[in-house]
Parts: sequence; structure tokens; C-alpha cells
Amino acid sequence: MLAGGAATAVVATSHASARTGDRPAADPAPVKVSFKVNGERHDLTLDTRTTLLDALREHLHLTGTKKGCDHGQCGACTVLVDGVRINSCLSLAVMHEGDDVTTIEGLGTPEKLHPLQAAFVKHDGYQCGYCTPGQICSAVGVLDEIKRGVPSHVQADIAVSPAFSNLELRERMSGNICRCGAYSNIAEAIAEVAGEKA
Amino acid sequence: MKFETPEGANPIDRMNVVGRAHVRIDGPLKTTGTAPYAYEHHREIANAAYGYVVGAAIGKGRISAIDLTKAKAAPGVVAIVTADTAGKLGKGNFNTVKLLGGPDIDHYHQAIAIVVAETFEQARAAAALIRVDYARAEGRFDLDEALKTAALTGGDSDDGKPAVDRVGQFDQAFAAAPVKLDAHYSTPDQSHAMMEPFASIASWRGDELTVWTSNQMIDWGRGDLAKTLGMPKNKVRLVSPYIGGGFGGKLFLRSDAVLAALGARAAGRPVKLALQRPLIANNTTHRPATRQHIRIGATKDGIITAIAHDSGSGDQPGGGPETAVNQTKKLYAGANRMTSMHLAEIDLPEGNAMRAPGEAPGLMALEIAMDEMAEKLGMDPIAFRIKNDTQVDPEKPGRKYSERQLVRCLEDGAKRFGWSQRNAKPAQVRGGRWLIGMGVATAFRDHMNMTSAARVRLGKGGIVTVETDMTDIGTGSYTIIAQTAAEMMGVPVNAVVVKLGDSDFPVSAGSGGQFGAANATAGVYAACVKLREAVAQRLGFNSADTMFEGGKVRSGNRSADLAQAADAGELVAEDKIEYGKLDKTYQLSTFGAHFVEVGVDAYTGVIRVRRMLAVCAAGRILNPQTARSQVIGAMTMGVGGALMEELTVDTRFGFFVNHDLVGYEVPVHADIPHQEVVFLDEADDKANPMKAKGIGELGLCGVGAAVANAVYNATGVRIRDYPITLDKHLEHLPALV
Repeated sequence: MLAGGAATAVVATSHASARTGDRPAADPAPVKVSFKVNGERHDLTLDTRTTLLDALREHLHLTGTKKGCDHGQCGACTVLVDGVRINSCLSLAVMHEGDDVTTIEGLGTPEKLHPLQAAFVKHDGYQCGYCTPGQICSAVGVLDEIKRGVPSHVQADIAVSPAFSNLELRERMSGNICRCGAYSNIAEAIAEVAGEKA
Repeated sequence: MKFETPEGANPIDRMNVVGRAHVRIDGPLKTTGTAPYAYEHHREIANAAYGYVVGAAIGKGRISAIDLTKAKAAPGVVAIVTADTAGKLGKGNFNTVKLLGGPDIDHYHQAIAIVVAETFEQARAAAALIRVDYARAEGRFDLDEALKTAALTGGDSDDGKPAVDRVGQFDQAFAAAPVKLDAHYSTPDQSHAMMEPFASIASWRGDELTVWTSNQMIDWGRGDLAKTLGMPKNKVRLVSPYIGGGFGGKLFLRSDAVLAALGARAAGRPVKLALQRPLIANNTTHRPATRQHIRIGATKDGIITAIAHDSGSGDQPGGGPETAVNQTKKLYAGANRMTSMHLAEIDLPEGNAMRAPGEAPGLMALEIAMDEMAEKLGMDPIAFRIKNDTQVDPEKPGRKYSERQLVRCLEDGAKRFGWSQRNAKPAQVRGGRWLIGMGVATAFRDHMNMTSAARVRLGKGGIVTVETDMTDIGTGSYTIIAQTAAEMMGVPVNAVVVKLGDSDFPVSAGSGGQFGAANATAGVYAACVKLREAVAQRLGFNSADTMFEGGKVRSGNRSADLAQAADAGELVAEDKIEYGKLDKTYQLSTFGAHFVEVGVDAYTGVIRVRRMLAVCAAGRILNPQTARSQVIGAMTMGVGGALMEELTVDTRFGFFVNHDLVGYEVPVHADIPHQEVVFLDEADDKANPMKAKGIGELGLCGVGAAVANAVYNATGVRIRDYPITLDKHLEHLPALV
């Protein structure tokens, strides 16, 4: 840990003081990309450096998907792409040509909540609410993964189809940090929708 | 409304709405992603440019040269602001260190520039083109080294007395005590690590500034932003309707708001920025590390006769100590007592409040010490605590606790948790490969009175609207304020609209120190009392006997719809709660008991928390559902503090190494079992008209020690240096046969 720290410090210092000055200062050429978000097709012309997360938040103003870390560490930016959950901050928007993206806004609305959204409200599966869209999108993905038989780290036998359990759920949801610490309630909310006991 | 004498019966006592579980009224917005956080106000501000912050790459020293040429020429760049171009800046009352560094650098990742560009990608790319030459200076980065020469601080030192609190004769009593504990404990620097980064959108109109931000204390932030920018406070508006967690990190003005304002002024248009996650741990505040020394002396039958607690911590020049000894002053009886704090000047980033500041690390040590002492005495740790319970402030025995149900918390929890199954001898219980242990600790935290104001409107159709600059940082403020107004005006919760977090609204207690819920609702109560009078007057009723219930107003045999009172136009009332001296006459505190069961892998030393229970007594619980969430969330943070959270210090270069959400480990789903919380019945008539106290920090107090004590009970290996990571006990675990 300490050795890594020293290296980081040295790199950071020299990086800032000398080594980056010669980088070319031109923007990359913009690229056209089309994908569906919540059923609606969008044709965008984007800086190739734009993440799917920033395309959603800054270009389409779908700010339900949250930026917590921008480094794939917290899960707040979780969305479903063709039904599979991903960290949208770790994915460039131009990689999603033709994809079908579902965000928290596509699951339900305040007037017509998705069953998981309603269960999070009922079980108080959140506090500040910032990780919540990611938790809910992740939960949609988790329930589908268990159904499809995608194995996890906590299975005793990865050749056997996983069953919904509190342990499976907690393992599979562990990429979504909730600093307010609503985990116990989130587990109950998801279990209710899965028809199981947390 | 001034609260000066214990509260008699009042409309809140009906508890038709207050005191009952109610789902969050902001829940449908939060769960659908439609609640707007600081960076997301694109409806109000359509043309914001993007800011990107550059942090200092040294821990201490000076910028000898800064070359912006290439960055300025980069595509899309609108403006760059550094200390050279920011103009004269002040420093906020609540800030220890200036928020824009340069040429002097006070700490690593102190902000030194904001780059404003048309897009986020352009701002980020341009920021990387800024060339900075630093002259590194010697810094004081090693707390243990700095504490060797650190001075005493705190206590009564402000009065010119020695900074040591003494009752009786500690030294003699400790020397004479037949059973003694003398032990050292340490807690590391911790990061709030809230999920929403510090973020702000700033917009100038002439000399008026509006900042959408993420801040727990609107009025403090407003005042400090005005002071920093050298402008009148009334020209600054802060708006913070949703806050993605704070835990004390967002109590104060931080660099995001200042830099957004400076960037927007330089760019001539609104600017939005979020502190990049890797900057947050070093750029903002953290909970300071402590080095604690506890001595307890007792009679053979377990009566504490001497107790002393010293804590050392470090901070930037002008900063303060982590007040880890404060709980020891009041928690247990004992005729001879001594507490003191040492404060070292160091050059690590600014230390400041993190949830249960002082209390959390203090109890992490004290409540291990109590466990150790109980073992020395051959007593059950619950029985030892109960034996030393006090119903008065041990430093000032004339002061009673207004309510103190610690013994009931411990006894009730023991029964529910199955404490009788615990084997007092450690490392005896096995379940397969797991060593199993149980631990207990006391939770104790004061309740604080804060002035808090609100405005209440009765509008068309009998809709009640509450306006206050109170914030909801996940604590449930929206919901409990709606419940309070509903109870007072006799309407359902869905007839109440709550507007929060705007400096245009009356100044509230704000969110911090577990003072928010009780004081902010008491402020709403006060405003509602005035509104009720206005309603009675408008309807021609005698206000003294007017009842508000079921959407009706009744007085004697007269009755009218509440809505009718607004027929001739909206009624508006504003008031605040202020306090007399009841909190001096009585000690207002909250109590609890934490119970934890852990399993420790006998082969690998891995620690898993299996069960958790908290029993709390904290005045009237305004909403048992949101209050329970506060407590389970705090228990979760307590598990983090016990088992994983630590900002690792590089003492050579002077910075926190693990400054992101991978390196700084916090609990995840897999770490946390099902959690139980029980609230004891209590209504504290000496606290406020709501008869409520705080709960949000109580939940964190003692948790870490309960985990530590459970680990010890499982393994027989006592770790006094948090966090308890497996490397610290692995080689000492019981031999495998």
C-alpha cells in the first residue's frame, strides 16, 4: 500500500510539473451515434470522449443516472444496455450504436412506479437518494441474471443454476455502494419483488 | 416562540401523524431519478459552461510558476481562474484553510485552478495542459511524531484555566484502585465518502449570485461564500433542495461553490462543476485520526473510582481537535475523573466534523476499555455498565439528565439479542470454520438546541405549504416536517407541501450534529402555532380552545373547514423556536445499546458481521421508519469504521493515498446483515415542544466498539488499533488443530 502511494505521489508531481505540455491541443473529430433510450431513438453527434453517462446526463438531460465517482467504483451510474446492467461511466457513448438503453426514468415515473421503485419507497431502501437509481437498475439486472443462471462468487457450485437468496443478492448488489447504509432495507425491497424473504 | 419551561400537553401529543411510520414524501422523486441534485438544475440554467478543478500535487510548499498558455489555447476553453486572477478572497468563518491555494500550498489537492470550457471533456483535457512548477517544503505529516510535542487544548482553556478537566483526585484514586486498566487506542483518518460529489452551479445576474449546491447548512454556506467573495450576504442565494449525502462533509462552504462562482464571473456565464472523486478525500475535510489513552480504576465489585481519557489529534494551523474525550466526561459514574486533549499542528488536509465528531472515535476507544475492564473484574460487560450508570452529570452532580434510559436499552437489548448465550470466555464458540463472538457497547450522544425558523402558508383548498432553509440530506426532513405541519393543522400529509434548502426561506437549524430533525420541526411547530392563531382570528373563533382535526377547525360548538380560512386570501405565518436555559439546568442526551455478533474465519481471519441490534432512547421518534433508517445507516458506517475505513497517510509526501472509492473501502451489500432497531418510548418535555431529540449520530456511537468487542469475544485477540483488519489478528488467532 505504501509503496504504491509513493509511486502515485511521484507520478502526480512530475505529471503536473513537466510531462503533459506537449500533448496536441485539438479536439477529436465528433462522431455520430444513434441509440435508443427508454424506447426513444436519439441521433447524437458527440465528442468521442463522452461517456454514456455524460451523454445521458448532459446531452439528453436524463439526470436520473448519477455520477458518483466517474471511475466505475460506486455503481451510481448503473443503467441497462440491451437488458444487461453496466456502469455507464466506464463506457463511451459512441460504443453504443444501435443499442437499447434503459435508465431509471424508463422504468417508471413518480405517478406510475416500477415494482422495484415502489418497493424501495415502501421499505425505505434509500436515504439521500443519490445511489438509488443505480441500485434499482442494478436490482433489475440482478433478478434477470439469477433467472438466466449467471453464476456468482458465492455459489458453492457454479455449474448449478443460482437461486435467489439473501447471500446471492448481497453479493451481486455489492457493486452499488450506499453510503447512507440502507442495505438492510434495500435487501428487503428487492426480496419482496423477487417473492422471497430477505 | 421561546422554549423556557418543560412542555405541557400540546397538539403534537395526539400523534395522529407525528410518531407514526410514513414513507418518504420525496420517495417517488428519488426512486425515479427525478429529484434534482446540485449538478442537475438544467431546467433553471440552460447554458452552463463546465468547470474542472486542478488540485495541488504537493502536500506543502509553493507554486513557483504556473503556465496556462497551452490550456488557454485548448479547444473550448472559456476561462481559467487561479489565485493570480481570482482577485482578493476572504476565508469563511467555518473554514480553517483557504479554498483556493496559490502561491502558498497548504495541503495536497488544495484547489489551485478552475478551467472553464464549453464541454466537460474539453475542460478536463485543458486542465491536464496546465503546467505547474512547485517548490516543495518540509511538511508535518506524521501525527505520532507531531503529537510528541503537541500542546494541550480544549477543556476550559478558553477561560485561561488549564486545558484539563478534573473532578476529584484522579491520580491518587487510580493508584489506590485494586483493579486497573491502562491502555492505548488509535483511530485512523476517515472520509465521509458521500455518494454525491461536492457540486455547484453558479450564476451571476449583475452583482447577485445564485448557487445551486449540495450543502447541509444553507445559512452558514451563504455567509461564508459572501465573506470569501467579499460581497454582501444578501446578494448571495444558495439553493440545495436535494443533497446526496453529507455526513458532516457538506456542513461548510467548500471549493466547488467558490470556484464555480469565480469561474462563472470570469466566463460571463453560468458554470457547473463537481469535484472529481479522486480530489475529494484530500481537497475537502475528513475525520481526524486519534491516539487515545484511557485509564480506569475500580473496586473489586466493579464500582469505577477513577477514570481518565486523553486524546491526541492533529489539524492544520488554526484548526481544532477531534473531541474524543467528551463522552467520557458524562457517560459513567466515578468520583475521580480527568480528561484532556492534545492538538498537533500538521499539514495534512483540514480535519473537521464527520458524523458524531468526537463521539464516534471516542466511544470506539472507551467502549473497548469498558469491555476490557469488565473482563478484568470478571463481570459481564452489561452488568459492569449498569453498575456505573448515573442519572446526573458526573462533572456537575446537581444537573440531572432530562431522560436517561441507558439501563433499559442494555437490558432490553440483551434479552432480544440472546446475550445470555454469549460465552464470557473468548474464543470458545465455533460453528464450522467460524469463530463466533458477541459484543456490546453503549451509545451516547448529546442533544443540542438550535434556533430554527419556518414560514407556513395556508392556501387555496386548505393546502399547507412550509418554507424553511432546512435541508434533507437523506435524514427524512421533508417527511417529518410534513408530518409536523399535518399534525398541527389537522390535515393529511398529502395536503402539505414542503419546500426546503433555499436561502430565500427562513433560517433553520440545518442538518448537522443530530440537531436537525428536532429543532427544525420545533421551528415548524412554532410557525404553525402562529398560523393556527391567524386561522382562528380569520374565522372569528376563540383561538384558546380551537381544535384542528380532520381538515376542520372547531371552537366550542362552531366548526368550519380549514380551507375556508384561506378563502379571503392566503394566510402566512412565520416564527422560530428559540431556547432558554433548560439545557443548562438539565443534561439533554440520547442513549442506546449496540449488540453485534460476528464470525471470524478460523483459517483466514476474515471477519463477517452476522447480526446487529440497536436499542435507542432518544425522545419522541417523529417517524419510526425514517429514524430507523438513520440508525441502520449509522450502524453500517460503524461497521466500516470498525473493520475497513482508513485514509492511509503517506507521511513522506503528505497526502491520503487511497483517495477514491476503491482505495477507501466502505461497507457494501455483502458486508451488512439484516439489522434490527428498537426505539424505547420516550417524550422529552425538557427538549422542545416536539419532545424529540436527535437520532442520526447516536446510531453511530459505540457501534465500532461493539464490533471490536464481538471480534475479541470470537478470537481472544484484542485489537486496539482501528480498523480491525485481518492482518492485525491473523497470526494471533487460536491454533488450528
